[in-house]
Amino acid sequence: MAKQTQNIRDDAGLLKKLLEQMLLIRRFEEKAAQMYGLRKIGGFCHLYIGQEAVAVGAINTIDLKKDYVVTAYRDHGLALACGMDPKRVMAELYGKATGCSKGKGGSMHLFDAERHMLGGNGIVGAHIPVATGVALKISYKNEDGVVLCFFGDGAIHQGSFHESLNMAKIWDLPILYICENNQYGMGTDFSRVSSVTDFSVMGASYGIEGKQLNGMDVIEVYAEVDRTVKYIRKNHVPSFLEIKTYRYKGHSMSDPATYRTKEELEDYKKQDPILNLKSYMLEKSMLTEEEFKNIDKKYRSVSEEAVKFAEESPEPPIEDLYMDVLA
Amino acid sequence: MPTITFREALRQAMDEEMARDENVILLGEEVAQYNGAYKVSQGLLDKYGPKRVIDTPISEEGFTGIGIGAALAGLRPIVEWMTFSFSIQAMDQVINNAAKMRYMSGGQFAIPAVFRGPNGPAEYLSAQHSQALQSIYAHAPGLKVVAPSTPLDAKGLLKTAIRDDNPVIFLEAELMYSLKGDVPEEEYLIPFGKAAIRREGKDATVVGFSKPVTMVLTSADRLAKEGIEVEVIDLRSIRPLDEHTIYESVKKTNRCVIVDEAWPFTSVGSHIAWLVSKNCFDYLDAPVELVSSEDVPMPYNHRLELAAQPSVKKIESAVKKVLYIEQE
Repeated sequence: MAKQTQNIRDDAGLLKKLLEQMLLIRRFEEKAAQMYGLRKIGGFCHLYIGQEAVAVGAINTIDLKKDYVVTAYRDHGLALACGMDPKRVMAELYGKATGCSKGKGGSMHLFDAERHMLGGNGIVGAHIPVATGVALKISYKNEDGVVLCFFGDGAIHQGSFHESLNMAKIWDLPILYICENNQYGMGTDFSRVSSVTDFSVMGASYGIEGKQLNGMDVIEVYAEVDRTVKYIRKNHVPSFLEIKTYRYKGHSMSDPATYRTKEELEDYKKQDPILNLKSYMLEKSMLTEEEFKNIDKKYRSVSEEAVKFAEESPEPPIEDLYMDVLA
Repeated sequence: MPTITFREALRQAMDEEMARDENVILLGEEVAQYNGAYKVSQGLLDKYGPKRVIDTPISEEGFTGIGIGAALAGLRPIVEWMTFSFSIQAMDQVINNAAKMRYMSGGQFAIPAVFRGPNGPAEYLSAQHSQALQSIYAHAPGLKVVAPSTPLDAKGLLKTAIRDDNPVIFLEAELMYSLKGDVPEEEYLIPFGKAAIRREGKDATVVGFSKPVTMVLTSADRLAKEGIEVEVIDLRSIRPLDEHTIYESVKKTNRCVIVDEAWPFTSVGSHIAWLVSKNCFDYLDAPVELVSSEDVPMPYNHRLELAAQPSVKKIESAVKKVLYIEQE
């Protein structure tokens, strides 16, 4: 294990890719926040800032030709990490016809059938059985795929989570349940509403192994998810990871996050996944300040272009209202 | 034509579709080793094995969602609910996921899944096991809702449901499983959205679906002896709804009674009554009547539970009412 992590630490190409994707998400989300403030984006908008290492570390270990991603409504970061076009994602936030869901889904319902990104689901925990059903299909068809099912600390107390883990175990389904514990279910500190504070034990009742990871460290996330996915692929069993992370913004754009202290937020910002990876790469001469600035500039510009694309895209025609209700 | 039961007709439909398409699987409580709580899936485990006929734990939300996920990824699952009363546990999965994932993804996905089981009042089961829930499922766009009344329709409609690329809610009934009827040996399908005229008549139209259709036909026979000729329309599917057949009949008879064993408030029956009132306004010679269950939870006592439901007598009274026939 240590050796594998060291290999990742030495892989400048991989680290640069992870850094770039995290920067893409960070700059995209900052732009989304800005456009939300300008009322270009409406409704609920749950930003991923602070959690980038989870999506990027995890999704880079899988092959979306055979593997699948299913997540909840804090989905922008996961969608971008799956390789979805930032323009079409931003257009979806704008509700435009060019959006990845043709403007019918919005921020919470990003989907990409081709990239096996199955949402973008809005009801807390309700996508966990759906993800488990995708794993049932993989198993039934004797395919080689694995499902990554992401959900937050708020979802772990839903019956859907517990029912799914039980069935995934009795049917040996190839699925990795990933609890992105950002420590607040909306405004509620997870420790106030959970009988245990170490969620990695939650799979144990169902005979499913669990482990807790530091979600502010993209190398740790990548290494552990990679190891776990390989294990699932080989042994056809479900597994569970709790990845501890932190969102810098409120639950959604309307939440000023007064339930936590400035000190706590500042503490986490010191562990920022992007800045930490950057420091490490600078130290190891895998990156220069100049290169970092250029990468950052590139993704600021990608986000600007995404906004421009969304701004210039047409509204869906009214006739689309009744389209795609039924197949 | 062989005479078989409603239960056998459903089994034949699943058996034929499982033989035809290996993407069809069946999952639910007691469907495999126990051969089905109502023996609908009898023999399917032996024939298709445990990979395709899957016993689930008592986890309605979980296994319903698993069926939806499997459908999203390309299988054609049949999810059996031991009763629709238990489907309330799974309703979030059906209404928020199955019905909406296609729309909110801009048409990227289809959910070819069937959710089936007994619905509606049974006998001596009281409030939590004896209720008709079609109004709730029919309310949500993105679902099809099917309600056969005969073994022949049950088989043809279930085969269509399994081949449909949309989520289909398929309503059966405990008290219909032993109902017998003629079913052809050769393969056939029955399309959705085509009502059947079970009996022609000129005096009044009675619209029904599922189990109460048998009761409607008994009422029609009895009324015929009094010289009243009732036209009986069996909807077969609630969504899509064959409005055309209903309106053509009402335009001929000028009078309409709807029979729906759900509660009366915001039901399929009350909706159809509104549609007929609106679309056949100029043809109606009397207000549309609705025969529903009483607006109470189902009582256990047999006398009370029968009083709570539509009956032959209630249907006859409603027909006489729209005909302005004096009743004692």
